[in-house]
Amino acid sequence: MPWTKVLVEKQEAILDEHHGEGQRILGYADSIREAFLQALDNDPNVYIMGQGVDDPTGMFGTTLGLHQQFGRKRVFDTPLSENALMGMAVGSAITGMRPIYMHNRPDFLLLTMDQIVNHASKWRYMFGGHGQVPLVIWAVIGRGWGSGAQHSQALQGFFMHIPGLRLVMPSTAYDAKGLLLESIADDNPVIILEHRWLLKRRGYVPKEMYRIPFGKGIVRRTGSHVTIAGVSQMIVEAQQAAEELAKAGIEAEVLDFRTLKPLDKELLFHSLAKTGRLVLVDNGWKTAGITAEICALIVEEGLDLLRAPVKRVTCPDIPTPAGYTLEAAFYPGQKQIQEAVQQLMNL
Amino acid sequence: MRNWKILPQHEGYCLENVLQADAIEMFRKLSLIRAVQLKIEELYHHDEMKTPVHLCIGQEAIAVGVCQALKKSDYVFSNHRGHGHYLAKGGDLRAMIAELYCKETGCSHGRGGSMHLVDVDAGLPGSSSIVAGGIPLAVGAAFSSSRKETGLVSVAFFGDGAADEGVLYESINFAVLEKLPVLFVCENNFYAVCSPIFGRHAHDGIFKRFMGMGIPCHKVDGTNVLEVYKLFRKLAADARSGDGPAFIECPAYRWRGHSGAGSDVNMGYRSQDELDLWAKRCPVESYRDFLLNKGVITVTELKNINEKVDSDIEAAFIYAQKSALPAGNDLMKWLFSYGKG
Repeated sequence: MPWTKVLVEKQEAILDEHHGEGQRILGYADSIREAFLQALDNDPNVYIMGQGVDDPTGMFGTTLGLHQQFGRKRVFDTPLSENALMGMAVGSAITGMRPIYMHNRPDFLLLTMDQIVNHASKWRYMFGGHGQVPLVIWAVIGRGWGSGAQHSQALQGFFMHIPGLRLVMPSTAYDAKGLLLESIADDNPVIILEHRWLLKRRGYVPKEMYRIPFGKGIVRRTGSHVTIAGVSQMIVEAQQAAEELAKAGIEAEVLDFRTLKPLDKELLFHSLAKTGRLVLVDNGWKTAGITAEICALIVEEGLDLLRAPVKRVTCPDIPTPAGYTLEAAFYPGQKQIQEAVQQLMNL
Repeated sequence: MRNWKILPQHEGYCLENVLQADAIEMFRKLSLIRAVQLKIEELYHHDEMKTPVHLCIGQEAIAVGVCQALKKSDYVFSNHRGHGHYLAKGGDLRAMIAELYCKETGCSHGRGGSMHLVDVDAGLPGSSSIVAGGIPLAVGAAFSSSRKETGLVSVAFFGDGAADEGVLYESINFAVLEKLPVLFVCENNFYAVCSPIFGRHAHDGIFKRFMGMGIPCHKVDGTNVLEVYKLFRKLAADARSGDGPAFIECPAYRWRGHSGAGSDVNMGYRSQDELDLWAKRCPVESYRDFLLNKGVITVTELKNINEKVDSDIEAAFIYAQKSALPAGNDLMKWLFSYGKG
């Protein structure tokens, strides 16, 4: 049981990515690579596959050189056959392996939905607990440079809908490593959606292996006037917005859920009890997306906490345009979050 | 309607290089699978088995011949028409019938139903009712076998309908690429629900399609248990010794409708003549007659086998009927595993 010995993070210890003087600072992609390396070292059943994991760029640097260090039996390039390879990963997970299947873009996960939705997510339940699927599916949401409608989709809303899946969306280098190791250790299918713009960031990352438990969100910035909550790259936008708002005397609390499934609703309700105002941020679509689900949760269980209606800052319900002027209009960010907060404060 | 010659030549039974014990065990399993299904059919109208059953009457020799060539720990991935695969591989009869009654004692604790049979100890990690869905899973089990060097062989059972799905081609390519010990078994019963094969395939011979992919392709009479067994004994040994995968088309006829009890000839998509033609080639009765004529088995031994089969089935149905139903407050159980590697 190599995974039970890995240190589990005590949430209180880490409040942000610049934890103390003299701590090691590592790039986001390097922290993922370090987690992969340690996981491969820790457990012979772990393997990494995906189209391009052994190419010269090493999947944004996250798998660089791993195929040389561990051999192609454990880190290997695949045919593009996404659905069959997803099924292959599931079949190997059922029979004792711990696969990590990497994708450049979540758009291509749509070709694997049969295996993710019909098989991986249902397997354990459908057979009354006989069998489990310890599978990690990793993909990077694209953005910019004309990536367009089929190379930049943020599909967390899709996956959040499916029972039996874990859904992870880190925002810091520290979380990227800790949540990845938790995902590999977990005995269930886990989808990790990374964001391309986060991969160049840097932050505090401990050298040793550590796991961040699922369903434990984190307050990135404390504030008493309004809560801004979301995941992944939108947390960076939210933090920048909060700094600007502070100049105008508005103290925003920034809440990073870290995982959407399970979702830390207690942390959200705790923050709302203080602020009474909420801006939900997401780089996915609005309709039936993650912000819609979180709104529904509040209406059901925490409506009395709200002093004003919830604001949602999301992408509009259209395919991503390629042209850069349209792209700029399509993606919400710091500016839209600030505007939403200011509207809320004026209510 | 196209003139579709579907009845294969019957080569006759040949016991050369087949142990008597294996020959008799295959008869026992054929009898068991046939009798279980007739019993299900007989009781289905009571509406106590509240699950869609897909009977494999007429196709039993494929499951039996293939599984007799496997070890207990070898993997079999079945599909919606999985009763035969489950029993042929040694799955627990009582747990299967209890699953059809959706009882807590069922093999999937009443969460799966007839289309999701499982018996991990018998080498049945699970069955998918998505057509072709189990094929890449079998490749994955073969991948585990290859990486862990366990020497286990993995089998994917699927129908001619699955040959219409793209994931089959993707799966075969990867299995060939990695030389994985997986056998792709296509049970061609000529119908996908009510859609005949000639309305779906432009060309005859499913097995011929893969010949350019670097995989040995075979066709064997799916009503001849000995021919199926002998072929798979060789192919399983080859796969185990590192020769990689093989594709095998096994024609046999689905005597019953796609699902539920009874023949569906009255629906008009196939003829009584066609059914009668295949019924003359009964894989159970023809093999029984052969064994009796050859003196491999005596009338008394035959009677003993059938009595044991019948009493086991009787006991299994009583067990299933008397078992408790799952409790509503256990609804959420088993969505997740809470262990760590």
